[in-house]
Amino acid sequence: MRKSATALCQLAALLFALTTGSIAALAADGQDHDGKSGGTADHAKFEELNKTFASGPDVTRACLSCHNKAGDQVMHSIHWKWEFQNEKTGQTLGKSHVINAFCGNVAANEPRCTSCHVGYGWTDMAAGPPKDETKVDCLVCHDRTGTYTKIATAAGMPPLDPVSPKAQTITGAPAKALDLGKIARSVGLPGRENCGQCHFYGGGGDNVKHGDLSSVLFEPTKAVDVHMDKDGLNFACSKCHVSTEHQWAGSRYDVKAIDTVGTGKPGARRDVATCESCHGSSPHPIGTVAGIKLNNHTGRVACQTCHIPSFARGGVATKTKWDWSTAGKLKEGAPYHEEDFTQSDGSHLHTYLSTKGGFEWGENVTPYYAWFDGQVRYTLSDATIDPTKTVEINRIKGSPDDPNSRIWPFKRMEGRQAYDAKLNHLVYNHVFGPDTDSAFWTNFDWDKAIKAAMEHVGVDYSGEYGFVDTLMYWPITHMVAPKDDALACAECHARDGRLASLAGFYMPGRDHFSWLDIIGYLAIAGALGGVILHSLARVMMRGRTKH
Amino acid sequence: MTDKNHYHDIRAQEKPPVIKKKTRQGLCPGQNHYVMIYTRYERFWHWSQAALIFALFFTGLNIHGTFSLISFKLAVTIHTFAAIALIVLWIFTTFWNFTTGQWRQYLFKEGIFKIIRFYAYGIIVGEPHPYKKGLQRKQNALQSLAYMTFMLIVGPALWSTGIIYLLYDLWRDMPYAGVLLPIIAFLHTAAAFMIAIFVIVHVYMTTTGKSVFHYVKTMITGYDCVELTEAEEAYIRETQSVSMIE
Repeated sequence: MRKSATALCQLAALLFALTTGSIAALAADGQDHDGKSGGTADHAKFEELNKTFASGPDVTRACLSCHNKAGDQVMHSIHWKWEFQNEKTGQTLGKSHVINAFCGNVAANEPRCTSCHVGYGWTDMAAGPPKDETKVDCLVCHDRTGTYTKIATAAGMPPLDPVSPKAQTITGAPAKALDLGKIARSVGLPGRENCGQCHFYGGGGDNVKHGDLSSVLFEPTKAVDVHMDKDGLNFACSKCHVSTEHQWAGSRYDVKAIDTVGTGKPGARRDVATCESCHGSSPHPIGTVAGIKLNNHTGRVACQTCHIPSFARGGVATKTKWDWSTAGKLKEGAPYHEEDFTQSDGSHLHTYLSTKGGFEWGENVTPYYAWFDGQVRYTLSDATIDPTKTVEINRIKGSPDDPNSRIWPFKRMEGRQAYDAKLNHLVYNHVFGPDTDSAFWTNFDWDKAIKAAMEHVGVDYSGEYGFVDTLMYWPITHMVAPKDDALACAECHARDGRLASLAGFYMPGRDHFSWLDIIGYLAIAGALGGVILHSLARVMMRGRTKH
Repeated sequence: MTDKNHYHDIRAQEKPPVIKKKTRQGLCPGQNHYVMIYTRYERFWHWSQAALIFALFFTGLNIHGTFSLISFKLAVTIHTFAAIALIVLWIFTTFWNFTTGQWRQYLFKEGIFKIIRFYAYGIIVGEPHPYKKGLQRKQNALQSLAYMTFMLIVGPALWSTGIIYLLYDLWRDMPYAGVLLPIIAFLHTAAAFMIAIFVIVHVYMTTTGKSVFHYVKTMITGYDCVELTEAEEAYIRETQSVSMIE
């Protein structure tokens, strides 16, 4: 009923607009939108922080002396547990469990992968994250000096004096010793540089994983991201990813694919990171037919589909294909690399690494589109796969017949990765371990690397491996373009448009009934031919008419 | 000389002197009178309907994907406004038809086969038109049937499916909406093709008058020569209810 009332209102508005012209745009409210202002304490003046700190946990101890619930809150978050219980599918997900189409798995590669953990010293996935709340890393999110970072291979530890000259940070920069006291006295609400240090570098490098999260978003232009525009709205991540008790809205494991609540009632708390939570579900101006039609799209098409015309924009490419099966080739007994992809900024990206195999990259990538109700089911190590077919690492659920599904854009990652050739399931891989005799990146021996990882995780392994083609879907939701760059109707409403391969529903401009068209055009041609013949007959018989 | 023979004479001679004379009497020979048979509203309705149908057909094909001469957005916008305008026009015209009694013009008439025979054969060999236009019988049997079909079958098929299509948002969550939409689209497209054929034949038929543009001119000026009964003529002279030029 509500929907019909809304639509009737829209129709009324259209008729109204016919006579009164278009409706004035809403005025900007002139508020500070960055989402990290508004604090009431200057941490530089706190006695607890005016000292030197020897380690990360030392700082955390000082933080917890006032924020005495913060440690417990963080330790209940996905940022800490790397575990997500999906109530809808019953699957236990999270970085500590899933296998992906990139490096593969965290387990068995801990100190490298847990370098991005929001804590200090998680060295064994199976044992779970540290139990001591002083091991929570407050600074990685709350540092406001812009200097705090973590060593790339040290299970979350920051670089402290003395730093090994070869040490790198999690973003790949050379590591320098930190001044923990100065950082502790700077703390505030997280900015993009806090979140981005980990989230922009997922998969082992800039924009490798998501496609819509890259270092470009530290200081983006309006064209790259209309909300984070450094000269405009300048949103922090937390402006949309709202939090309560250190739990953030916006899950990739359980996506809110449609938000019918919209902005909610004034003052109502909305713990969602959806576009609708700010823009409502009828965001287009209703003074035009196009505006009303676009509002009618919001129930079927995700905002992202039109408003993110392509991802990996702004000059940083994303990895689109990763073929592990070619990894391990050596030249004269030594690993080598190739750099055959040139990014728009002129830098060369790896297209082959002995340690990782072959890669393909893409910039300004057109998304893959699919119906999506928010539910994602992962192919975990216990799932039997059919190696003769392409295996979907994560399956996205959705259907045109389901009112809770909408057409969403995805990054579709192509992979070729290892599986157990006898038991037909995906395998874990031990890649990182400079000191082990089984790690792939050190020894280039698949047998040993898979066996070691499977033992570490405790999953059966037959001892025989093969490689299977895989696909992995990453919902695209960042890098929202300015409205003038949103997709034009005909990008989809066309015979060979972006949604040409999306079956199961009728779409004007794309779909038609071939035989009706043939009959129709023939009938028109027949009528034209008929009247031409008739007129010719009239002209020729003129003057020869009988009396 | 009867009216029937007069038509005969015009067709038989290369340059009929009666027409050439261009006097008012010359315009309407015999018993015929030069009267306004299409009132101002009727002409307004006809031509605005024609313009809207052309706009709808052009933008409709653009939306359909037959061609993309204008943007999809512009095509949808024009199509929607033109459709709303046409529906409003039809509502007014239906009202006009019933209040003026003109709806009777569309009623079924005898002699349709004579008309069909005339257009299929007689017109080519120069036979006279078997139908005589009158104030209360502006349309011949074939016209009445065609316009009736247009107004009662093809038109409603278009506007009903069009409105349902336009209001898709209201029913898209209903069960079987996904099945209904292509059916609606099919009917809408099929009816549009029928209109196209109607328009082609209709436009061609306008060239079959005394001259190629005679009927078009009549539809613009509203005046034509029609046979009036003595009673009609007396009534018009007395009441001035219908414009008549002598």
